[in-house]
Amino acid sequence: MKKTIVTTLIAMAATLLLVAGPAQSTGHLSGQLEIFSWWAGDEGPALQALIDLYKEANPNVEVVNATVTGGSGVNAKAVLKTRMLGGEPPDSFQVHAGQELIGTWVKADRMEDLTFLFKEEGWMDAFPEGLVKLIGTDTGIWSVPVNIHRSNVLWYVPANLDKWGIKPPMSWDDFFAVAPKIKEAGVVPLALAQNWTANHLWESVALASLGPDNWDALWTGALAFDSPEGVKAWELFGKVLEFTNEDASSLSWQQATDMVVDGRAAFNVMGDWAAGYMSTTKKLAPGEGFGWAPSPGTGGEFMFLADSFGLPKGAPNRDNVLAWLALLGSKEGSDAFNPLKGSISARTDSDLSKYNDYAKSASADFGKDRIVGSLAHGVTANEGFMNDFASVMEMFLKSGNAEAAGKAAQQIAVKNGIGK
Amino acid sequence: MINRDRIKAFLTLLPSMILIAVFVYGFIGNTFWLSLTDWGGVAALAENPVRNYAGLSNYKELFTGFLGGGFRQDLVNAVYYSVMLLLGAIGTGLIIAILLDNKPRGEAVFRTIFLYPMSLSFIVTGTIWRWMLAPQGGVNILPTYAGLEPLKFRWLSSTGAIFEFNWQNLLQIAFYILAAVLIIGGLMSIKQNPTRALRRFLLPGIAVGLAAWLFGDLLPKALFMEETHGFNLATLGIIMATIWQYSGYTMALYLAGFTGISQDLRDASMLDGATTAQYYRYIALPMLKPITISAVIILSHISLKMFDLIFAMTGPDNAETGHPALNMYLTTFRANDFAKGAAIAIILFLIAATFIIPYLISSYRQRRTR
Repeated sequence: MKKTIVTTLIAMAATLLLVAGPAQSTGHLSGQLEIFSWWAGDEGPALQALIDLYKEANPNVEVVNATVTGGSGVNAKAVLKTRMLGGEPPDSFQVHAGQELIGTWVKADRMEDLTFLFKEEGWMDAFPEGLVKLIGTDTGIWSVPVNIHRSNVLWYVPANLDKWGIKPPMSWDDFFAVAPKIKEAGVVPLALAQNWTANHLWESVALASLGPDNWDALWTGALAFDSPEGVKAWELFGKVLEFTNEDASSLSWQQATDMVVDGRAAFNVMGDWAAGYMSTTKKLAPGEGFGWAPSPGTGGEFMFLADSFGLPKGAPNRDNVLAWLALLGSKEGSDAFNPLKGSISARTDSDLSKYNDYAKSASADFGKDRIVGSLAHGVTANEGFMNDFASVMEMFLKSGNAEAAGKAAQQIAVKNGIGK
Repeated sequence: MINRDRIKAFLTLLPSMILIAVFVYGFIGNTFWLSLTDWGGVAALAENPVRNYAGLSNYKELFTGFLGGGFRQDLVNAVYYSVMLLLGAIGTGLIIAILLDNKPRGEAVFRTIFLYPMSLSFIVTGTIWRWMLAPQGGVNILPTYAGLEPLKFRWLSSTGAIFEFNWQNLLQIAFYILAAVLIIGGLMSIKQNPTRALRRFLLPGIAVGLAAWLFGDLLPKALFMEETHGFNLATLGIIMATIWQYSGYTMALYLAGFTGISQDLRDASMLDGATTAQYYRYIALPMLKPITISAVIILSHISLKMFDLIFAMTGPDNAETGHPALNMYLTTFRANDFAKGAAIAIILFLIAATFIIPYLISSYRQRRTR
């Protein structure tokens, strides 16, 4: 009896080996791949599409999807930091491309240079030159962008604007010309939400006030925040704030968008995830149910932010990560991910037929506009500056003193190694 | 024999003593050391981060630096918040306990209802109250059911503040508080020992107060510019939610105390002609002093550790309702300023210790005299 059991076991083991043997030869990679991100909920399916593609190509790699929920990675970033400090990096992690990655992880010498991968895969030509410059430093390129979002977009409902007899403003002066009229009619001219959306509005207003060259100069330290130009940006922002709703800080960004959709507000400046919200959740048709324009005074400029993945030094499964990064940057990968996420591809050659109308127009702008980085979403400044900037913003919202805000912003820039 | 018992007891306690020594006191010590370094800035997360000894500069920056204004407001918030929570939760809990102690019909049901909020997590409480305190909904539209105008108050985002003071005059204010404490102490003990009260408390109190009033301008300024802090009205919403959650708890504490008082005492006092109010004022409450003290200790350290409720109600970047604990998390894990985050943690720890250590000492003494 015992003998038969042993022989059956041996036979079973042998068959297993035989079955497993050929499967091993189809993908040469094996082991694990741990992907660390904050994409759960609405963004989960988009990430899953990428993972499915990866598994198809590498069936022997076990993909561990380590998601820590929380908007714009509030919680995920804290967990990631404790893991990295503890010497236990994930194979690859999601991070906003630009200074949020460079200021925290590259300066700390924790990332591998990916220039070789960019050259191997031909991405130097596939991605716009301005983008590659903003996600790298003079010593290397540090992450692979998966998607592109636009920050400087003005949203409205065309039918409502017709009703009130106004047009989307091309500049803030246009806006100030119509805003009092809208306000008198009992409609909020510009809907605003809690603190971070004020930072978001600030970057669009400051870009309009400074122009792209001065905006870039601000982040290299060539232009000071308390220079006349910098203070003027704060003054313009203060004027814009007069036409926003008073209960802003109790609202989420979706509630501010709702105000525009319901006709309680005329305009809203928000990133283009608002397009996804309005078309998916609110079931409005892009172009008819809701309309968009570059935020006033920023026509021809594309303020971008991007999610990206990098390769931390000491990643346990380096080869698996490289295959993952190659997939993220590929045309196939980005066209599988972005239509689901509601963003556009960082590549200039993506297959536009897979995208909706808004994304098509954003894609066209991305190809031809001047590309600048977003502050509120981590492209132009490191995390220390972003954290301190939130307090400067609170100070300004309370006091409305442009001069003091400029001075405080300059102080935190110096403290965080941006200004001089 | 006794010796052997002692060894056994020691051995049984040893594992937890070691664990507590390492994971509580060891880490407090480590945090304190970190708060004296300059760990932070661009290379904070390197594999072997550079940490230089920096003395008390982090603390100095927090209390007197230009960029520490947010922290100072948070600290002021925490103080007002603690005081309001203590008054609110203990007052409400006491009133409910007295009502229930008189055995109304359905007492058990009410007891459960009032205690129920305790069982919710702060995140749940915070979310519920955030919805109820929304500017155009919940509490603000209650009056419309009675045909009145809806309220306009912005519970969580009002920018108004009361009881404002200038942080520059911190020293002067500290002297005023010292004077007030001395004078109150004197007035309270004047009946028992008039000369001692006058010499030890009243006269020095009045002298300190007068001196601070007359020569306040000569005192060194705590800050180089004017900076006003006050009780932000936006914290009212958060205080309401916390009182809602914790008054049931203080009710349970007092109710347990009341039922512990013998019925004979009550009957005796009634025979002597005491009214119900007099019974509670002069007999029941003085007997429950230990309960009041533990309620104060527990609530005040809860208010100092408050994090999740505020995070759920107003989010991470709302200066009006900020709290040092929230500030510590953001400073450490968002801005990568580990040393400054450690300094905030130590300040919070010291404030909590000023509440808890006197309590521990007095309860230790009581046990020894017993």
